[in-house]
Amino acid sequence: MTVDFRTEPAKYKHWKVSFDGPVATLAMDVREDGGLRPGYELKLNSYDLGVDIELYDAIQRLRFEHPEVGAVVLTSGKERIFCAGANIRMLNQSSHGWKVNFCKFTNETRNAIEEATAESRQSYLCAVNGPSAGGGYEMALATDWIILADDGSTTVALPEVPLPAVLPGTGGLTRLVDKRKVRRDRADFFSTLEEGIKGQRAVEWRLVDEVVPRSKLEETVKRRAAEHAARSDRPTGARGIALTPLARAIEGDRITYGTITCAVDRGRAVAEITVKGPGAPPPATLEATHAAGADFWPLALARELDDLILHLRANEEEIGIWVFRTEGSADLVEAHDRALQEHAADWLVREIRLYLKRTFKRLDVSSRSIFTLVEPGSCFAGTLLELALAADRSYMLDGALEGDTRKPAAVRLTGMNFGPYPMVNGLTRLASRSLDEPARADDLKRRIGVDLDAPAAAAAGLVTFTPDDIDWEDEVRVGIEARAAFSPDALTGMEASLRFGGPETLESKIFSRLSAWQNWIFQRPNAVGDKGALRVYGTGRRSEFDRRRV
Amino acid sequence: MAGIDYTALIPNNVSLHENRRLQRALEDWQPKFLEWWRDMGPDGFQAKEVYLRTATSVDAQGWAKFGYTRMPDYRWGIFLAEPEPGRQVNFGDHKGQPAWQEVPGEYRGTLRRLIVTQGDTEPASVEQQRHLGRTCPSLYDLRNIFQVNVEEGRHLWAMVYLLDAHFGRDGREESEALLQRRSGDADKPRILGAFNEKTPDWLSFFMFFFVTDRDGKYQLASLAESGFDPLSQTCRFMLTEEAHHMFVGETGIMRIVQRACELMRERKTDDLRKHGGIDLRTIQRYQNFHCSVSLDLFGSEISTNAANFYTTGLKGRFEETKKQDDHLLKEAAYTVAELDGERIVTREAGALVSLNERLRDDYIADCARGVARWNEVIKQHGIDFELRLPHRAFHRAIGMFADVRVSPDGQVVSQAEWDAKHGNWLPTEEDKAYIESLMQPVTEPGKFANWIAPPARGINGQPVDFEYVRLA
Repeated sequence: MTVDFRTEPAKYKHWKVSFDGPVATLAMDVREDGGLRPGYELKLNSYDLGVDIELYDAIQRLRFEHPEVGAVVLTSGKERIFCAGANIRMLNQSSHGWKVNFCKFTNETRNAIEEATAESRQSYLCAVNGPSAGGGYEMALATDWIILADDGSTTVALPEVPLPAVLPGTGGLTRLVDKRKVRRDRADFFSTLEEGIKGQRAVEWRLVDEVVPRSKLEETVKRRAAEHAARSDRPTGARGIALTPLARAIEGDRITYGTITCAVDRGRAVAEITVKGPGAPPPATLEATHAAGADFWPLALARELDDLILHLRANEEEIGIWVFRTEGSADLVEAHDRALQEHAADWLVREIRLYLKRTFKRLDVSSRSIFTLVEPGSCFAGTLLELALAADRSYMLDGALEGDTRKPAAVRLTGMNFGPYPMVNGLTRLASRSLDEPARADDLKRRIGVDLDAPAAAAAGLVTFTPDDIDWEDEVRVGIEARAAFSPDALTGMEASLRFGGPETLESKIFSRLSAWQNWIFQRPNAVGDKGALRVYGTGRRSEFDRRRV
Repeated sequence: MAGIDYTALIPNNVSLHENRRLQRALEDWQPKFLEWWRDMGPDGFQAKEVYLRTATSVDAQGWAKFGYTRMPDYRWGIFLAEPEPGRQVNFGDHKGQPAWQEVPGEYRGTLRRLIVTQGDTEPASVEQQRHLGRTCPSLYDLRNIFQVNVEEGRHLWAMVYLLDAHFGRDGREESEALLQRRSGDADKPRILGAFNEKTPDWLSFFMFFFVTDRDGKYQLASLAESGFDPLSQTCRFMLTEEAHHMFVGETGIMRIVQRACELMRERKTDDLRKHGGIDLRTIQRYQNFHCSVSLDLFGSEISTNAANFYTTGLKGRFEETKKQDDHLLKEAAYTVAELDGERIVTREAGALVSLNERLRDDYIADCARGVARWNEVIKQHGIDFELRLPHRAFHRAIGMFADVRVSPDGQVVSQAEWDAKHGNWLPTEEDKAYIESLMQPVTEPGKFANWIAPPARGINGQPVDFEYVRLA
């Protein structure tokens, strides 16, 4: 079964979106029989990938289609439950790879909620109107203000350790101590409580921001949302742009979008991805950019690349190497980058820049080897140069292949390489490549707009290898073949460890520590062995643990 | 053990004076309980003397003594059934181990939740019934409701004892929270849905004690099997009082049925509203409502929680130790009802995850025995009518039948059919208004409201016209 990440509100099964001026409400009302795959029922507002795909879509649309919305209330559309978290039976019947990929996507969506609050200025609040456990509370943790109904039964809980013997792996543990600054001993106690914490103590322990009687919940949420919305800089009178259905054709092993094509080579376990640069200069004015909407090249690029990454991750597990190429005019890419810089203050342009940032981050945290090939006819400039900077390895042809009369390959920096696209470690990709000499990244600003040929690009630290026409084909072939032969697990661990040098952030901790621990626990017999807690969950049998500490 | 120390501030048979810490905790809670009783107990009768029975020991002989008491002076206390020497955990993974005298750390949260959920129903029903005294059909019935109320209060004490004795600070906080929640309050509702419904009239009250409180009996009976011995001992004693509550409900309805039959014979009609009686069809509709709400209390047909409670030895089946099987149920199957498109069918499911349904089955069988006794009365009057229990899938809000419309005889029906017929199946606004109009107090000793027959005999050998409550 192919998982399709493309959806739209008319197709939602699990979420209801409503609007009241500058405040939107996202109400979770999961359809029990609406699971993405057979074999489990989504009881008690528990979720699977399908539920989260809709949430992700809704968040994207709120950003692009609703400039007037300054605050979003996340709540439950059910009466007695907020959200019971990820569906345990779904996890239990899923392969390890599926679980990990599911958690990665949900993590990215939670991060996007925080980014929307901080940078899109669309503040997320959470009205916890019933018990919230595990992933349910983690969803609340991603918002900026948590309001808890004080009715004696509404609780927040992270019962993963005592119940299925796994972790609150969607950022829960990290956000407790790093974001909400819950004291570590209290966080420890809280994370061992099946039944969670309610009422005043939840506020005292910083687990939520306020508790209100149930009868006051609606009114309080309304007031708080209005306060948050009032602090937003989003325009009140502007019109949103429509995120029109994303055109994609899958024919055999070939996936085609407007600006991206991807050829899956199963024999070599390689996805050959070619990104086409813009075919025309950017619209002359900001108004025209708005009018172009989803057809504006940078936005089209972000949407297509986003969808392709998600598609390959979920549906092409065995394709372990993604090889990126570009085709087109570096001048036109640079012209679009200038438009993105010039109108950075515009709400729509800001959204497009943020979307590109998130999409490149998605690339960084994908468990695939990323190679980039810089050849004549390519357009690795600015925004597209990020594909080379994100690569685990890049090859740039020095000169031209015999018989090719095109100009030799060049790469080009633009202002977009110096800040708008930080990685999860908070640094730009350029800075992440210059940890030995941090000033070098800044020095490169002087080379903005200049075509750098292979020797220059190598000297600037922008590419890995620069074979000439004699070695090119062999070097590239051998590099990919050797990569394909290594253990996928070892590669994933190695790449994830090397990609994010430098400082840690909340996000990097979630991806590199919490997720890594979770993925280890997901493999261990104490969770998934015959008597492991995750395996026996829901059968009424007791788990039996291997008591040795590892 | 059996003797109760009534000289102590808190009557008990658990040697409370030897446990200073627990004694302090309960003495701290006692005034809060009394304050709750004054605020939320029977409205308007706190100063009246009521002919109540009080437990004097927990053995079968002479455990009760009768006398006039003002309700706030009732000696609420802590009574446990006699310990069973050498008792073991009788089911689940710990089967054969000595029963726990202390809470196992691993199950502390789960046990506390079980106890709190059970405990919460006790004060809830007192709250639900607090205004009924003002419309009592007789002094006899007035006394019965107060007896039930003070005993529900004592059942609350029993649960609070467990919380305070075994669950530390969290337990004490839960004890207080039991006094803070209020039936039907939007902000601090009682935990279970049925206990937030109104009990607006005496027909509903009797139905409540026939069907809803019977759920309590089955829950207590399952908890009496618990591997946690103090819970078992507590519940075993509570069950002895529970029997009286069932009696109040069952005989109450039986007397209404009897009166209906008498009026039908006298007036040669089954339209009793002109004659101030409650006709059998109205009784059936009330029964349909209360049964369906009570069936929900048993939870989902397939329940992991129930399975976990069993495997971990916390909550057994009804009459667990009388059953002849392995008491592990890991490989066993059980037949559960299930919706298959438009039909209700049965299928085999794992016995462990079907424990709610099994308890519901035991409960339904018990209810059916009571209904059969009412039908005897109807038959004795030569009337061709049978009261029936509604199908388990009728009017459910919890479990696999929550999303479908089902008739009382178990046919899945369309929404349109439901809309057209539910007035025949559930109490209508007209029914409720009529029943409410009947609720006029009758307080002269020996007199009874027109819609209910006198009981066959009085309380504790006293005559029916005994002054069970001194209103003067």
